Amino acid sequence: MADLRINFAGIKSPNPFWLASAPPTNSGAQIHKAFEAGWGGAVWKTIGAPVLNVSNRYGAWHHGRQRMLAINNVELISDRPIEVNLREIVEVKRAWPDRAVIVSAMVESKPEAWKDIVRRIEDTGADGIELNYGCPHGMSERGMGAAVGQVPEYCEQITRWVMGVATIPVIVKLTPNITNIVLPARAAVAAGATALSLINTINSIVGVDLDTLELTPSIGGKGGHGGYAGPAVKPIALNMLAALGTDEVVSKSGLPISGMGGIATWQDAAQFLLLGASSLQVCTTVMHYGYRVIEDLCDGLSNWMDVKGFKTIADVTGRSLNRVSEFKNFDLSFRAVARIDAGRCIKCNLCYIACNDTAHQCIDLVSREGKVVEPGAYDVRSNGKHDAVETRPQPVVREEDCVGCRLCYNVCPVDNCIQMVELPPARSRVTWGELSQQQTQVTEDWEAMKAYREKVGLHIH
Amino acid sequence: MELEVRDAGKALAEQLPPLTQNAAAVEADRCLFCYDAPCTHACPTHINIPRFIKKIATGNLRGSAATIFASNLLGATCARVCPVQELCEGACVLGSEHKPIAIGRLQRFAMDYAREHSSYPVVTAPPAGKSIAVIGAGPAGLSCAGELALLGYAVTIFEKNKMPGGLSTYGIIALREPVEIALEEARMIERLGVKIKTGVEIGKDISPATLRNEYDSVVLSVGLARTPSLGIAGEEAVVDGLEFIEASKVAAAKLSVGRNVIVIGAGNTAVDCATIARRLGSERVTMVYRRTDREMSCYEHEYDFARKEGIEFRFLAQPARVVLKDGLSVGLECLRVELGAPDASGRPTPAPVKGSEFVLAADQIIKAVGQNKLTVAELLGLETKKGFIAVDENFMTNVSGVYAIGDCIRSSGSASTVMAVEDGKLAAAAIHQQLASRVAPVEVK
Repeated sequence: MADLRINFAGIKSPNPFWLASAPPTNSGAQIHKAFEAGWGGAVWKTIGAPVLNVSNRYGAWHHGRQRMLAINNVELISDRPIEVNLREIVEVKRAWPDRAVIVSAMVESKPEAWKDIVRRIEDTGADGIELNYGCPHGMSERGMGAAVGQVPEYCEQITRWVMGVATIPVIVKLTPNITNIVLPARAAVAAGATALSLINTINSIVGVDLDTLELTPSIGGKGGHGGYAGPAVKPIALNMLAALGTDEVVSKSGLPISGMGGIATWQDAAQFLLLGASSLQVCTTVMHYGYRVIEDLCDGLSNWMDVKGFKTIADVTGRSLNRVSEFKNFDLSFRAVARIDAGRCIKCNLCYIACNDTAHQCIDLVSREGKVVEPGAYDVRSNGKHDAVETRPQPVVREEDCVGCRLCYNVCPVDNCIQMVELPPARSRVTWGELSQQQTQVTEDWEAMKAYREKVGLHIH
Repeated sequence: MELEVRDAGKALAEQLPPLTQNAAAVEADRCLFCYDAPCTHACPTHINIPRFIKKIATGNLRGSAATIFASNLLGATCARVCPVQELCEGACVLGSEHKPIAIGRLQRFAMDYAREHSSYPVVTAPPAGKSIAVIGAGPAGLSCAGELALLGYAVTIFEKNKMPGGLSTYGIIALREPVEIALEEARMIERLGVKIKTGVEIGKDISPATLRNEYDSVVLSVGLARTPSLGIAGEEAVVDGLEFIEASKVAAAKLSVGRNVIVIGAGNTAVDCATIARRLGSERVTMVYRRTDREMSCYEHEYDFARKEGIEFRFLAQPARVVLKDGLSVGLECLRVELGAPDASGRPTPAPVKGSEFVLAADQIIKAVGQNKLTVAELLGLETKKGFIAVDENFMTNVSGVYAIGDCIRSSGSASTVMAVEDGKLAAAAIHQQLASRVAPVEVK
C-alpha cells in the first residue's frame, strides 16, 4: 500500500491533503471535525486585519444540472476576533500533533504589523505560516492580498520582513490574477521563502440576474468581482503550477509547492502531484459535499499509486514535468487521426456536426449501401423507429483529410468510441524551433512556406 | 348484475403526472442534442425534438412550445397518445445502453406551459382570399385546418358530433388523454380563425353540392364508423367498444360496467375498454382473441400495461354465440381455434375446431374489433381502396379539389393520431400549392 505521508518543507502530515485557507477552516470546531474525517492538514482561514463581512457572499457557476462547477465569493479573511482564532489554533494543534496546522496571515503592509502577526502565530505551536498575497476582493482595495501578490517588489519586500523573524516554515501563496505567475514566485524565492502555494482565487463576476438585472449574488442591489474557485479553474491552476516547475529560477530553488485550484477528485490530486505539487489544498468540493470527501481522495490516490507502482508521494511529485514543453518544441511530423468505432458509435452525429461546422470537414455520413449522404436525407413520409434506426448513416472519418484536431474525440459522448490513432509520420521529424533556425525563410514568408510544403508533401485544404 | 359507476373521473384520471420543473430540466439535460436526430426522423410529423428539448433545458419554454407547434399543431394530444416506444423514444440513441429520453413527457411539459400561458401560434400570413371546408374535427381535420389558417385561408370545419376533437375527445381512454386537453386544442385552432360548426353532418345538414360550390377546396377527415358486426347470435346484448370508451369520457354517470367482463378483440381499443372496466370496478376482465399474444395488434407496451392492470387473456378462442338469460348476457360461447397457414395479413389463419364449444361466463361483453368505413365516399362519388377513400400522393381524391386525410384513407399501415396530424399538415401544403398556383402571377411592369 502506498505511503501517503508527506514532509513539506519540514511540515509533516499523514496525507498530502490539506484544507485550504477558506470557510471550511474558519474555526477550531470545524477543523477538529475535519481531522476526525481524515484530513492531513488545515490552513487556518486567514487571520490579520479587522474586517466586516456582508450577506450573499457566495455566487456559483452551474452548468446544466451540475451545480457549483465553480464558486465565487466576496467573503473576507476571518472576521472572528484574532484572540479567539489564536487560542483555538493552540487547542487544535495540541489535540492533533500529527496533523499539519498552518496559519494563513494577512496584515497591513507595514513591517511591524507583519513581524507582530508572525510572532503571535509562532506562539500557538502552529507548523507553518502561509502569507496570503492572493485575496482578490475587499482586502486588495486596502492594499493587502492580491494588491501585494500582483507586484513582485511588494511580494519580495513583505516576505523579507516575515523571513526576518520567522522560525517556522513560511509558504508564500500566489495570486493567479497576474500576467506572469513566475515573477512573484521568483520574488518569493529571492526573499528566502520556505515554500510556495498556488493558486488563490481568480477575479470574476459570476452572472447577472435576468429578472432584476442585478449582479448575482446581489448584496443589497450591488455586486462586484469576487474570487473564483472550484473544478472549473483546475486547468488554469495546473498551467501555473507547471510554469513554476519549469522555470529555471523557481525549480532550481527547490522550494516545495503546495498545489490547489479545483481539486475535487483523486485524479485531480494526482495531476497536481505529477506537475510538481508536493502538498495539496482543497476547498470548493468540501464546501459542496463536506469533509467526508477526504475518504475517496486518499483511497483513490492510494489505489492509483499502487496500480502504477508509486510508493511515496515524492515518487509522484513532478513526474510529468519533463512532458511540459512549448509549441516550438513540438514534433511537426507527429500525426494522429480520429477513428470512429462503428461498433460503439450510437450515431448521435455530434462529431459530424462539430467537424463539419467548426473544424476540418473530414467526417462523412455513410449510408448502409456505402454511399456518402447528406444529413436529413430521408423522405418526409418515412417515420417510425425502424426507418429511423435502420436507415441512419454512420459517421466515418476521411483519414486522408483528418488533421487530427481532436475535436470529435472531445465531443463524443461514448467512452472509447473515437480514438486518436497515431500514424507513421509522412515526413522527417522537425520542430518549429528547428525550422525557424535552419530554414528561417519558411517561417517568415508564405511563398517560402508554399515551396516547403510542396517539398515535404504537406497539403492543407 | 352490473356495477354502478361512482367516480369515473378519479379512476380514469390522467395516468402520468406532469413532470415537475426540476424533473423536466434533469431529463432535458440528459438529451445529447443529436444532430439530424433519429427521434426527429421517427416522428411522423418530424418535430425538431432536440431543439425543443434544448429549449426546455435553457428555460425557454415559449420557444420550446413554438418549436413543437411548427411541426405539429396537436402536440398536446400527441405528447399523450403517441406510441413513443415505436416512434421517437424507440429511436433515441440513448436507448441502447441507457434509458431513452422521455420525449413524450417533455413534449407534454412544453405543451402544458403553452396551454397555461396561452403561448400559441398566431397567424401572420395575409388573407389568401380562399375558403376551405374541412369535414370532421378530429386530429387530421384540426391539423389541416390550423395549418391552412396559418397560411391565410378562411377555414370552416363541419363536425357531426357535439364536441370537436374526434377520437381525442371521444375515443382515447381518459387516463391517457382527458377530454379537456382535446377541447383546448380545438379552441387553439379556433383562435387561428378557424370556424368549427358542430352538430353538422354532411349529407344530412349540409349537402355535398353546397360544399363544392361554396368552398375552394373540401377536405374530408371523417375518420371511421362504429365497430363492425360480429355476426353472432345474441349480438344485440354486446356493447360497442367505442361507445363504451365515449361514455367513460363524456357520460360516465350513465356508464354501466359488469362484474365479469369480456372484451372481444386484441387491439389498443380493446385494451382501453378492458382497462376502463377494470378501473371502474369489474372483478374480472378477460380479453378474448382468436389468435395468440404474438399476433395481437395492440402495441407491446399496451399488452404489458394490460397485464399490470390485472386483465386476463383468453387466446385461440373464436366467439360463436352470446348466451342470454332474460335478454341479458350471462356468457360467451366460443370455439377453440387452431392456427393455420398465414393469411393475406401475414398472420396465421385461425381455424375454429368443430365441436369444441365452451362457455366463458360474462355479464357484460364488449366488442373492439376495428371500425367500419363510413359511407361518405359513396355520397360524394369518390373512388375507394379496400373501402377506404382513395387519394393520390397529395391527398387528393379522384374529384379535383376534394381531399381526404386521416383514418378514412389509412388502407395500410397503422392508423395513429400523429399520422393523422401529419396528413393534415401535408394536405394543407398541397392545397396551398394548388390554390396558390391558380392565382395569376402579378405582372411586373
